[in-house]
Amino acid sequence: MVPLSYYLILSGILFACGVTGFLIKRNLITIFMSIELMLNGVNLSFVAFAAQWHALSGQIFVFFVMVVAAAEAAVGLAIIIAVYRTRETLNVDQVDLLKL
Amino acid sequence: MTPNLHLWLIPLLPLAGAAINGFLGKRSSRQAISTVALVFSGAAFAMALWVVSQFSSLTLPYIETLAPWIRAGSFQVDFAFYLDQLSLVMLLIVTGVGFLIHIYSVGYMWEEGGYYRFFTYLNLFMFFMLTLILASNYLLMFIGWEGVGLASYLLIGFYFLRDSAAAAGKKAFIVNRIGDFGFLIALFLLIKHFGSLNYAELAHVIAPLHIETHAGLFTTIGILLMVGAAGKSAQIPLYVWLPDAMEGPTPVSALIHAATMVTAGVYMVSRSHVIFDRAPSALTVVAIIGTLTAFFAATIGITQTDIKKVLAYSTVSQLGYMFMGCGVGAFSAGIFHLMTHAFFKGLLFLAAGSVIHAVGGEQDMRKMGGLRTKIPWTFWTMTAGTFAIAGIPPLAGFFSKDEILWQASRVSLIYWGVGVFTAFLTSFYMFRQWFLTFFGEYRGEEHSGAHDHGAHSHDDHGHGGVHESPPVMLGPLVVLAILSVVGGWVGIGNRFENFLAPVFHSTATVGAGSFDAAATNIAPAEPQKEESDKSTELLFTYISVAAGIFGFLLAWQLYYRRPELPAEIATKLGGLYYTVLNKYYVDEIYAAVIVKPLIAVSSAVFWQGIDRGVIDATLDGSAEGAREVSDTMRHMQSGNIRSYAGWIAAGAACVIIFMAWVALAAPMGAR
Repeated sequence: MVPLSYYLILSGILFACGVTGFLIKRNLITIFMSIELMLNGVNLSFVAFAAQWHALSGQIFVFFVMVVAAAEAAVGLAIIIAVYRTRETLNVDQVDLLKL
Repeated sequence: MTPNLHLWLIPLLPLAGAAINGFLGKRSSRQAISTVALVFSGAAFAMALWVVSQFSSLTLPYIETLAPWIRAGSFQVDFAFYLDQLSLVMLLIVTGVGFLIHIYSVGYMWEEGGYYRFFTYLNLFMFFMLTLILASNYLLMFIGWEGVGLASYLLIGFYFLRDSAAAAGKKAFIVNRIGDFGFLIALFLLIKHFGSLNYAELAHVIAPLHIETHAGLFTTIGILLMVGAAGKSAQIPLYVWLPDAMEGPTPVSALIHAATMVTAGVYMVSRSHVIFDRAPSALTVVAIIGTLTAFFAATIGITQTDIKKVLAYSTVSQLGYMFMGCGVGAFSAGIFHLMTHAFFKGLLFLAAGSVIHAVGGEQDMRKMGGLRTKIPWTFWTMTAGTFAIAGIPPLAGFFSKDEILWQASRVSLIYWGVGVFTAFLTSFYMFRQWFLTFFGEYRGEEHSGAHDHGAHSHDDHGHGGVHESPPVMLGPLVVLAILSVVGGWVGIGNRFENFLAPVFHSTATVGAGSFDAAATNIAPAEPQKEESDKSTELLFTYISVAAGIFGFLLAWQLYYRRPELPAEIATKLGGLYYTVLNKYYVDEIYAAVIVKPLIAVSSAVFWQGIDRGVIDATLDGSAEGAREVSDTMRHMQSGNIRSYAGWIAAGAACVIIFMAWVALAAPMGAR
């Protein structure tokens, strides 16, 4: 059996990739995908722990996260489309009307 | 059974008048304002008369508690009123003279701006003055004491557009504060040592104490009370505000700065006789201050040329007499003089106001003269006042001044000698004023010029030629003139003294035997001694009357027969004359010794040093520091989502590192 630490390290790498992508990318869709990556990194650690401790709650949690992520994806993509329609760009640095 | 007098109504009636005029007066007609002011002050007078009618059926002292005020443990101060013979006399003086002056003011102030303001302040003054004299404890008295100071300040600065009036108001207020400081400390001492401020309780607590054991405490309290009295009643060294207070309208000078408020100090000292009876040193201080002030102010009065300034210094001098009386233990003589002084000095000020009114706002006596025939009513009433203050029998001033001098002579002939000489000076400067104003030729400018003068003169009464005042002003003059003539007769056969005797003797017998001043007043003289006393008293009376007549003759010689003489004498006296003319440079000395250093220290140390350097610098510095920190920190608020996310990630990384450190390091330590 693959040791728990492998899963956790993979989960950490996935999360770090998500964070990095979120911080350095300018395209809204890429940022959005980075968030999904972070969520899935967390999901991986949930299921890994669930398998390790034979506890079902970790698995159930993952389903909840997926549901929320799906809803978020729907809303997020809608916002992205709305932004593109009004601003003709998906570069976050140019979407700064609220900035002083 | 003692009837309920509703004493609280007496002070509150003028307060109601002040409130109505103060809130509604701005849009009211002059008639309405006058009606309100007169009705409420008149009602107070009527109440006072009613109290007199009920007086014989009262058990004295009559105390009426209106509402509790401060109750802390055994210490208790209430809104309560106190009536005995002393407060009754004061009550009649304040309401009676006050009412007359209200009537007079209607005529005097009719042409002035701020009419409603004037009567609001005047009624307010009546409220505080009545609170002062009817209070049943020192704290309520102190409220009245401060309140009359406030009213005085407002009325001195009534013509506040004029710098000198505003400055005079401030000066009066500040000098009074110095006195109030002494008064307050005395009250604290009373609370600390006797746990009460009520007159009745204090008398009860203090009565069994002996002078031998408590002289230090009583002397301290007595002198501190005298400091307060010196401030309010314009005694050396705090008298300087009163002459300047003449910047106010003349009725104010008559009511506040002659008849009532300035006598509050005398009242307060008399009210505290229980303490003073046990503090011979304090009494000596009172007597010396009074005697010195009487003499000192009288000498200044001789050289003044402003008709109101002469009267102002005369007031200071007469107040000195009252303190001299109190200081030799003859409180009733002091109060007697207070009463007659209220009559004749109120009259003199009102008459002076009438003169000023007549000559179009001119106050310089050198520009008057020959007014005898032009304003006969004013002339005759002022004559009554002048003869009364000069101590010519049988007018009021003679009886009271003679009583004080007689009582003073029994303690020390020095007081008596200075007093008689001051009586001569008083007579001289008053008749000087009388001759300068009413006799000789009119030296003022003609009426066209009077208007120019009106522009910068004090009361702005520049209208028309020399003319008699309206009846509304003459009425009070006549009433006060009659009182100045007959007011002293109540003192014949010691009736006034006997009337006040219960107030001053009830507690004074215990422990005072060792002190001769109090004792002479208390111990019934043996018949033998009384006989010789009578002849001595008569001799002293002749001497003081002679002093008054001599003053009259000298003034007559100098200012009527040989009007060129005074100038020659002034030249001969040279420096001395100018020193007196400039009021002994006291104001200048105070300015150099106290005011200037105080201002210098205040601006250098307290303002620039502490206020600017410490307090402002602390606030400014902390504000500046906060601003600079914020300036740095605000760059974090870039509005850039990714930078926020970066901060969150950095924070999360810190937490993870910390937890990793805890997980790795702590178990190792635990092991």
